Amino acid sequence: MAQRDFSVGIGGAAGQGVATPGTVLAKLFVRRGLHVNAYNAYQSIIRGGHTFLTIRTGEAPVRCMGDELDMLIPLNQDTMDRHVRRMRPGSAVLFDQGKLKPEGAAEGVQLCPLPLAQLATTPLHYNTAAVAAVLRLVGVECRPFEQMLAEQFKRKGDQVVAENVAVARAGYEYAGAHFRPYPFALPDTGKPLAVATGNECLAMGGVAAGVKFYCAYPMSPSTGVLMWMARHARQLGIMVRQVEDEIGVINMAIGAAHTGCRALCATSGGGFALMTEALGAAAMMEIPVVCINGQRAGPATGVPTKTEQGDLWQVLGAGQGDYPRLIAAPLSIADCFHTIPQMFNLADRFQCPGIVLADLLESEGFSSLDPAELDFNPPRDRGEVIGLDGQPVPSGEDYARYRETQSGVAPRAVPGTPGHAHVVATDEHDERGVLISDEFTDPHKRQAIMERRQRKMDGALALIDPPRLTGAEDAQVTLVGWGSTWGVIDEAVEKLGQEGIRANHLQVKWMVPLHVEAIQQALGKARKIVIVENNYSGQFARYLRSETGVVADAHIRKYDGEPFLPHHVVEGVRKVLAGKTKKYVPVHEIRV
Amino acid sequence: MAEPAITETRTALVNRPRRAPLPVKEFKGKADPDWCPGCGDFGVLNALKSAVAELGLRPHEVLTISGIGCSSNLPGYINTYGMHTLHGRALAVATGAQLGNHGLKVVVTGGDGDGFGIGGNHFVHAMRRNVDLTYIVMDNQIYGLTTGQVSPTSRKGMKTKSTPHGSVENPVNAIPLAIVCGATYVARGFSGQQKHLIELIKGAIEHKGFAFVDVFSPCVTYNKENTHEFFKQRTRKLEEMGHDPSNFHAAIEKGGLWGDEIPIGLFYRNDEAPALDEMEPVLAEGGSLSHRPLDVSADNARAVVAELM
Repeated sequence: MAQRDFSVGIGGAAGQGVATPGTVLAKLFVRRGLHVNAYNAYQSIIRGGHTFLTIRTGEAPVRCMGDELDMLIPLNQDTMDRHVRRMRPGSAVLFDQGKLKPEGAAEGVQLCPLPLAQLATTPLHYNTAAVAAVLRLVGVECRPFEQMLAEQFKRKGDQVVAENVAVARAGYEYAGAHFRPYPFALPDTGKPLAVATGNECLAMGGVAAGVKFYCAYPMSPSTGVLMWMARHARQLGIMVRQVEDEIGVINMAIGAAHTGCRALCATSGGGFALMTEALGAAAMMEIPVVCINGQRAGPATGVPTKTEQGDLWQVLGAGQGDYPRLIAAPLSIADCFHTIPQMFNLADRFQCPGIVLADLLESEGFSSLDPAELDFNPPRDRGEVIGLDGQPVPSGEDYARYRETQSGVAPRAVPGTPGHAHVVATDEHDERGVLISDEFTDPHKRQAIMERRQRKMDGALALIDPPRLTGAEDAQVTLVGWGSTWGVIDEAVEKLGQEGIRANHLQVKWMVPLHVEAIQQALGKARKIVIVENNYSGQFARYLRSETGVVADAHIRKYDGEPFLPHHVVEGVRKVLAGKTKKYVPVHEIRV
Repeated sequence: MAEPAITETRTALVNRPRRAPLPVKEFKGKADPDWCPGCGDFGVLNALKSAVAELGLRPHEVLTISGIGCSSNLPGYINTYGMHTLHGRALAVATGAQLGNHGLKVVVTGGDGDGFGIGGNHFVHAMRRNVDLTYIVMDNQIYGLTTGQVSPTSRKGMKTKSTPHGSVENPVNAIPLAIVCGATYVARGFSGQQKHLIELIKGAIEHKGFAFVDVFSPCVTYNKENTHEFFKQRTRKLEEMGHDPSNFHAAIEKGGLWGDEIPIGLFYRNDEAPALDEMEPVLAEGGSLSHRPLDVSADNARAVVAELM
């Protein structure tokens, strides 16, 4: 039987402080060694609108925000009205009794009106009382929260600390005296965990990779990477620059990368569109650079604060011409951390651009992490390079930057290295870097150069793990997903199993190079293939068909801006197996 | 004896004693220029090679970066490290390269279309950042490689293949633009005035900060108006006009002159403003970013993780 988990939803208008109690609860949970997964549904508005943060916690790893809420904390009537009717018996609604009316709650939903105006002297402390009340109801002692408040307000003096602690205690005691606690208590595993957003993981992954140069133009949902990097730049010795536009961003990163720095940048689909020509330039000059595309709902400005897996074809086709590129879509928030060093190692080794395809769900969601998993000195492979790391520099007499080699890779000498002066060009060029595009284009040479560059991807394929099937043997249905949907599909497979539907799951992380044979083999025996993806046109389904010949039997697609919840996938599979549809398109039940 | 790689700190480079000049032939590139016979760009290439040779720089110490266009082929014709990047993007790439290894001497070369048209955004921002590099624009008031269309510096009224009835747009005046954008060394040369141009480029390379040298470099094939003869008759040296390059407003005013008399020389120079790399605490010690070890100290790793707990 699955271990107990607990979900709380906090909602209000932007600017009402939804994030703070959310962050506080998440920290308190991970400090008890509980796992956490959280997602904040918000709008492109600084004040107003409707923001809804879902935090799910439990003793076992939490893969996604889940289907149901155990507790609702509406900070305004709007949130109350949108969500209260969806609360199940056994759940609770915690609210300011002086301000909100819980109309339409189902029988068995515990209403927990808090007299906040009595418990706290200022509205600034309302959320403190509410957090304390939550803790009381889930059987967590108040002390760690009081300690957290003491840390947080230490600089403001003892008086402020005392006020906050008093409010927390009042909220805690009031909840104990007036409300029914849940029939379970969230345990303390004794093994504290960490909590981070995907953006923080991407940035820290850059640190682990040894990134020395980071640049970006602010764009949701990738801005968090820039802000983390900027905050830590001096401490960690990383050059961080905000650039005039994304064209400048990628070109600046390429310049830094050419000198030997590991250079990283991040953007979203719109910024990525501006970068595409330069990604081809990096491939042509054979300069390793890594770019993160945190996808959001497009096209154009689209829905800036909503999630989508809509840029697969953009990154596959980014830029003119054929060129080698690496593309990986991290499978989880934790995987965001690991993917960056992996990508740098491959980009360095094969001297080509690497694209990390995250999305808003990952970038701005947050998740617990095992601190032991955060290795800041993972294996680093700089590939064949001359003039870095104090390696002895050869005379350079016969140095040809783009020498023909079996692997397709020739050593790159970084500028400043004596004896190896050469030109890297975006025009087609010969072994020595001399242009062949202008005076005499040599068709034989051009053909050989194209083949050498593209050959590099064969080597890359051998270094990446093939995707693996997980779940039931002899499955009735095989779910296929890519990137960030790993957690929700994995949970859906489990839920299907509980209903007696045997399902298994193939989640693809590496888009380019693609493990074609491994995928063909994994799906060769599948009885019914259902592809699950967060876009309209089935971008991955089309890609899979074009590369592997695998044609899915059915599709589950969502393109309303919100991520999948497990029940969306479960319901889709049921309908598909019942022969009712070949394309199931759920829509988010609540307008968030 | 092998020479050391360029990984020195900036201070070490600045304080390095002036070295003996190298023969210019040391800077002869792997390819010969394929510019049209008589092209002004030959003069700019020769002046640049002479300048770096006279300054005693070694080929591996210089990184020449260009965009796309006739003049942007220059890195292939000079023996230094080179990057022949995309159309309009040389300054962005150069900014990254200069910050990546601030021990390098970064020289950016290109044309008026590359720099003031498609690259206009980077031009403005690289100057306001005062990136320590030399930007040489071979300004021929026309698009040459695409066979003769109007350029951002083409005269209003000029007939080109894309403006057969004459351009109705005002040209960019790059000199005042550079001064107000924050460039700290702003000069104009003429490819037909070699000695003068060499001195301007030497001054630019030695200048700490963004040094802009706009060079009249006539296109013999597509611009029948702004010819070698045109500039020969009109250019007049600022040094002979009693101009004080430390005077910001006078520099802008001189930059506005155009007609029978067109000033060349050093318009503006500000040695006080720190360059971008000097403003960056991350570069204060530890040498160039490119050559620093990638390891993360245990203390830093612990501190970063501690924030998450």
